[in-house]
Amino acid sequence: MDNDDRVKLAHGSGGALMHELIENLIVPRLANPILESLDDSAELPDLGGHKLEGGRVAFTTDSYVVQPLFFPGGDIGKLAVAGTVNDLSMKGATPLYLTLGLIIEEGLRLSVLEEIIDSIAEAAEAAGVSIAAGDTKVVEHGAVGGIIINTAGIGVIPDGVSISASRAEEGDVVILSGTIGDHETAILVAREQLKLDEVIESDCACLNGLVDAVLCAYPDIHVFRDPTRGGLGTTLNEIASKSGLGITIRESDIPVARKVRTVCDILGYDPIYMANEGKVIVVVPERGADIVLKAMRSHPLGQDATTIGTVGGKRGVYLRTEVGGLRPIVMLEGVQLPRIC
Amino acid sequence: MTDPIMEVESFRSESAARVLLGRIERLLKRAGATTDEPVALMEVCGTHTVAISRFGLRSLLPDSLRLLSGPGCPVCVTPLIEIDRSIAVAETPGTIVVTFGDMMRVPGSRSSLESARMDGADVRIAYSPMDSLKIARENPGHEVVFLGVGFETTSPTIAATIVAAEREGLGNFSILPFFKTVPAALDMLASIPNRPLDGFICPGHASVIIGADAYAPVACNRNMPCVVVGFEPLDILSGIEALLEQVAAIRANQGHAGVEVRYKRAVTGEGNVAAQKLLRDVFEECDAEWRGIGVIPGSGHDLNERYRGFDVRERLSLDVESPVEQPGCVCGEIMLGRKLPTDCPLFGEECTPRRPVGPCMVSTEGSCAAFYKYERDAA
Repeated sequence: MDNDDRVKLAHGSGGALMHELIENLIVPRLANPILESLDDSAELPDLGGHKLEGGRVAFTTDSYVVQPLFFPGGDIGKLAVAGTVNDLSMKGATPLYLTLGLIIEEGLRLSVLEEIIDSIAEAAEAAGVSIAAGDTKVVEHGAVGGIIINTAGIGVIPDGVSISASRAEEGDVVILSGTIGDHETAILVAREQLKLDEVIESDCACLNGLVDAVLCAYPDIHVFRDPTRGGLGTTLNEIASKSGLGITIRESDIPVARKVRTVCDILGYDPIYMANEGKVIVVVPERGADIVLKAMRSHPLGQDATTIGTVGGKRGVYLRTEVGGLRPIVMLEGVQLPRIC
Repeated sequence: MTDPIMEVESFRSESAARVLLGRIERLLKRAGATTDEPVALMEVCGTHTVAISRFGLRSLLPDSLRLLSGPGCPVCVTPLIEIDRSIAVAETPGTIVVTFGDMMRVPGSRSSLESARMDGADVRIAYSPMDSLKIARENPGHEVVFLGVGFETTSPTIAATIVAAEREGLGNFSILPFFKTVPAALDMLASIPNRPLDGFICPGHASVIIGADAYAPVACNRNMPCVVVGFEPLDILSGIEALLEQVAAIRANQGHAGVEVRYKRAVTGEGNVAAQKLLRDVFEECDAEWRGIGVIPGSGHDLNERYRGFDVRERLSLDVESPVEQPGCVCGEIMLGRKLPTDCPLFGEECTPRRPVGPCMVSTEGSCAAFYKYERDAA
C-alpha cells in the first residue's frame, strides 16, 4: 500500500523512519568509520595526522527549523546554540567553537533577526563557546518560514573520558536529569495557540555545565544522551540497541510536569516520545549512581534528577507501568498525530 | 477545589490495582472461566484499546479473561471509499481539507491524504472543527471541507460548527460526513449467534454525550452486560470487575444483564441533553457502512434536510471508483471479536503502522496499532 518513494515529514521525526533513512540511504554512500558510530557527535582520531595533546576532537552539526521562532522558554537562536553544544557534551566533550549558518527569508523584520542574534550571543556566552565563523543566505518569501539556522560545533574530549551509546553494561543504572516532554509540548501549545491557564515553558538549555559537574564527580560515565526528537522512548531504544542489551524503566519514577501530562492526555500524545532540549540520560555503573545523582541535583539543570531504571534482562526497552503491568517501549513510528477523541 | 491531576494519579495506584485483580480472579473462578474457555469482554472505544495496552493490563490479568477490541476506532471503521472520496476532495483544485490528525496516513485505494499533501493538495490538521471556520474566513476563494469522522463523542462539536457556519453565512464551508453511532453497532455485535462475547466495556467518552441509558436495549434485549468505564487503569479494572459480577450471576441463573456506570464522575444516565439536541437538530439517522464489517442499519448520522447544503457532495462531484480491500487482512474478524491482532498472519510482518494493510493498523487507536506499539516483544 505504501510504496511511496518520497521523503515524508515523518522521516524527520527522530523515530524509526529517520533511522532507516540515515542507515540505509545516507551512511552507506558516505561510508567511513567515524560517521558510522552515529553518536551525537563524531570523535575525530586526529586532524590530518596532528594529534591533540590531552584529548580528542569532537565535531558535530545540527539544523534548526522550529516554528514558531519564539516560544515560552526560548527561541530558535537559543535552541541553535544549545542543540549543538549538547551534541558535543553528550560525548563528554568541552564545547569550544560553533559556526553559524543563517538562511533567512525575505521580509523577515530586522528587529526579529536582531533579537535572534542577541539570543545566540547570550546563549553562547553562558555556555562558554565562541561563534567562530558564519554564513548568511537570503531566500524567497515563504521558503523557510522566517529563518532556519545551522550550527556546527567543535570541542575537546579529555583523555580518560569514553562515552558512547554503545557502552551501556549489564547492571548499569539509568538516570534522567528531570521532567520529560516540556519542549515539544511548549512548541505544540505555542504553534496551535492552545489556550491554557498556565504557561508551559520549553526546557531548552545548554547541558555542558551539568555534564562537566557529573564527569568531575564520577568520570567513568558509560552513556550520556539527550532525548531530543523521538523523546526518552526512542533514545533509550538507541542505547539498548547499540549496546545489545535490555533496559527496564519504571513509569512511576519518570518525572512529567503535571501540565505537560494534562496536555498530552487531552491530545493523545505520549510524553515518553515528546522531544526535550535540556535533559540528559546518564547510564552509569551502579557503584557510581549515588555520586552522580548528588552531583546532578546540586546543579540548577539537574535538580529533579532521578533514577528511572536499570540495564539488563531481555533485549529491548521495557516499562513497568504505574499499576504494575509490563510493556515494551518501541522506537517512535512515524510522527505522533493528534487523535480524534 | 480538588486538583484534577491528583485525582488521576489516585486512579493509577498499584496497591489498589492488586486488590481489584484479586477480586477479578475470584469472579472469573465463580463464572467457571478457564484458559480454554475464557470470559470474553469487548471494549468498543479506541481510547480503551490504547489504555489497556499502554498500562500493560493484559500482562496483569489472568488467562481466563480475554479482552477483545471492537469497532471503536472511528478512523478504522471508515470505509475505504470514504477515504478515497476525502482524497478526491483534497485533489479538487480550490479546496482546503481540514481534518483530525489520525486521518492523514490512512491509506485509500491508491493514495492517502498525506501523499495528496506531498503532491500539493492543501490538507490541514485541526484540533477542533471550529478551526476550519477561521480557515474558511481567511480563504474566501476556497471551499473549506472538514472531514466528518467520529462517533457521538465528536459529532456534536461538528454539528455546532455547522450551526455556527450557517449563522455566520459562511458559504465556503462544508463537511464530508461519515459519522457513526455506538448503540446500533453494539446491538449488531450482541446479536451475532455463537459469539464468544460476555459483555461490553462501554465507551466512556461517547457515553458522556449519549448517556448510559442508551445501552439499556442491548443489555435488556440481548442479555448482554454493559458497564460504562473510564480510561484510567483502575477505572478499567473496576469496570471489568462489574462486568464479571454480572457474568457470574447470569451463568449461575441468578440474574439478567443490566447497565452499570463505573465512570460516575463523567457519565450520567441521560447524558448531555444539549449535545443530543444539537445532534437531532443537524443530523438524521442513516444506515452506515463499517469498514471490515459491512452495513449496519441505523448506525450512522447524515446531515438532515435543513443542513444538507453543508454536505460537500452537494457542491462538488466526487466520482470515485469502487475500492478494493487488501486480501489476507482479518480486521473485520478482529472488530467482531472473533480474533486478536496477533492471530493475523500479516500482523507485524507485512502489516505495520508504517505500511499498514488493514484499517486496525492505520490509526493510533486501532487495535492492531496498539498491539504493535505496546504488546509486541520489544527485542
